[in-house]
Amino acid sequence: MSQGTAPPSVHLRSARLTYGGVRLFDGLDLDLPSGQWISLLGPSGVGKTTVLRMVAGLVQPEPPTTMAAGDSTPLAGRIAWMGQQDLLLPWLSVRDNVTLGDRLRGTRTDAAGMARASRLLQRVGLADEATARPAALSGGMRQRVALARTLYEDRPLVLMDEPFSAVDAITRLRLQDLAAELLAGRTVLLVTHDPLEALRLSDRVLVLSGRPVRLSPPLLPPGPAPRAVDDPGLLALQGQLLARLAAAEVGS
Amino acid sequence: MTALRALITLAGLVLVWQGLVWLTGLPPFLLPPPERVALRLWSDAPLLWEHGRWTLLEILLGLVLGTLMGSLAALVLAASALARRWLLPLLVVSQAIPVFAIAPILVLWLGYGLASKIAMSTLVIFFPVTAAFYDGLRRTEPGWLDLARTMGASPLRLLLRIRLPAALPAFASGVRVAAAVAPIGAVIGEWVGASAGLGYLMLHANARMQTDLTFAALAVLALMAMGLWTLVDQILRHALPWQPDSLSAGERRHR
Repeated sequence: MSQGTAPPSVHLRSARLTYGGVRLFDGLDLDLPSGQWISLLGPSGVGKTTVLRMVAGLVQPEPPTTMAAGDSTPLAGRIAWMGQQDLLLPWLSVRDNVTLGDRLRGTRTDAAGMARASRLLQRVGLADEATARPAALSGGMRQRVALARTLYEDRPLVLMDEPFSAVDAITRLRLQDLAAELLAGRTVLLVTHDPLEALRLSDRVLVLSGRPVRLSPPLLPPGPAPRAVDDPGLLALQGQLLARLAAAEVGS
Repeated sequence: MTALRALITLAGLVLVWQGLVWLTGLPPFLLPPPERVALRLWSDAPLLWEHGRWTLLEILLGLVLGTLMGSLAALVLAASALARRWLLPLLVVSQAIPVFAIAPILVLWLGYGLASKIAMSTLVIFFPVTAAFYDGLRRTEPGWLDLARTMGASPLRLLLRIRLPAALPAFASGVRVAAAVAPIGAVIGEWVGASAGLGYLMLHANARMQTDLTFAALAVLALMAMGLWTLVDQILRHALPWQPDSLSAGERRHR
């Protein structure tokens, strides 16, 4: 990473959030250790995405919530966000989509930035599509552009909301490998509904359940990510994780 | 191909018209046959041009002014909650007053010349542009806004870099409607009080039972309106190549 410093850890304490009269979170604690990949799973509607949005600053929690980085500097400006859809702007070329952050902050993309964008597009295998419009790309290609855009931001904390849910199984595995490689060393929070995805990529897997939301004790997949799909340890954990998810479904 | 289809449609309409004249035996001052109108178009071409160019000027100026003001109003509404609270109800109420009703007042205030007609066209065009554009500005994909916020975009940049381009297809719809209704404003203005223009010419020809001339003027007006719409449509299509067009996707490929 360009900063050359350790990525921040994030600590969410006593989080409280009421949504539509329902107390979604109350006394929720979440820790994102520095440089680790954390995945959140849980039944639909349990509030996974809302946790992510809270960390991103897109949702304001209620008191007595506190959220702080371990290095006690503000989180604003240190976050990259990757959503459920690719969210590419159809009127911009692929390259301009990758450098969108510059445009939105009112800074011109300099030669170094352009070179970095080109390099990232090359890493995700889309060097030849730099001038194409998103409409000309397949779903998997669009998602790779979104990944390049997330990486271009070069933030130590990366928040991802089911980023690979809209692509086919094989493309998803390739994108996971790519993400594991390119996001290594950053603090990552991933929301997913795919147990395999969580177990392949994460250092810690947490299951959310109930109302208000409770976190399960973390599952710790062994070995370096990305893990092989047929890794026996991973498959054993997948069984455990599925059982927890089923229990979470009943609990909520 | 498109031109050929248009010609076939036109020929069909003329045939129906001619058939109607034969069947009903209406006198020419009530329903002039196509060839008399065609003759008028030919023999009175200088007169029609003389009046037509005034109307065209009124329409074009009205379209430009109305589109500019409509866009500005939509942007102000999108940018400011205060404007939404105070201006939006006013805009809606203003549409309850038909332009037809205020035409005489506008002529009284702005005179018999160009100004009152341009004001009329502008008024007719203003609302569809404002409504369509504002609607587009409101309906930005929420994911884009989230993304832009996490990237540290200010509200103004959010408006100009995300909301505005995202609303351009809606804006284009508004301008297309505006181009189609623009002649209404100009012609009403000319009816109420003018010394030139196709509306004025039609009114006079009608009063003198020169129904064929009225029809000829109407044909010129229709031609102008269609030409304007086509021109605007083409410009907008070229300006917004990313806009998905599922109906003509088979006919044109865009990147």
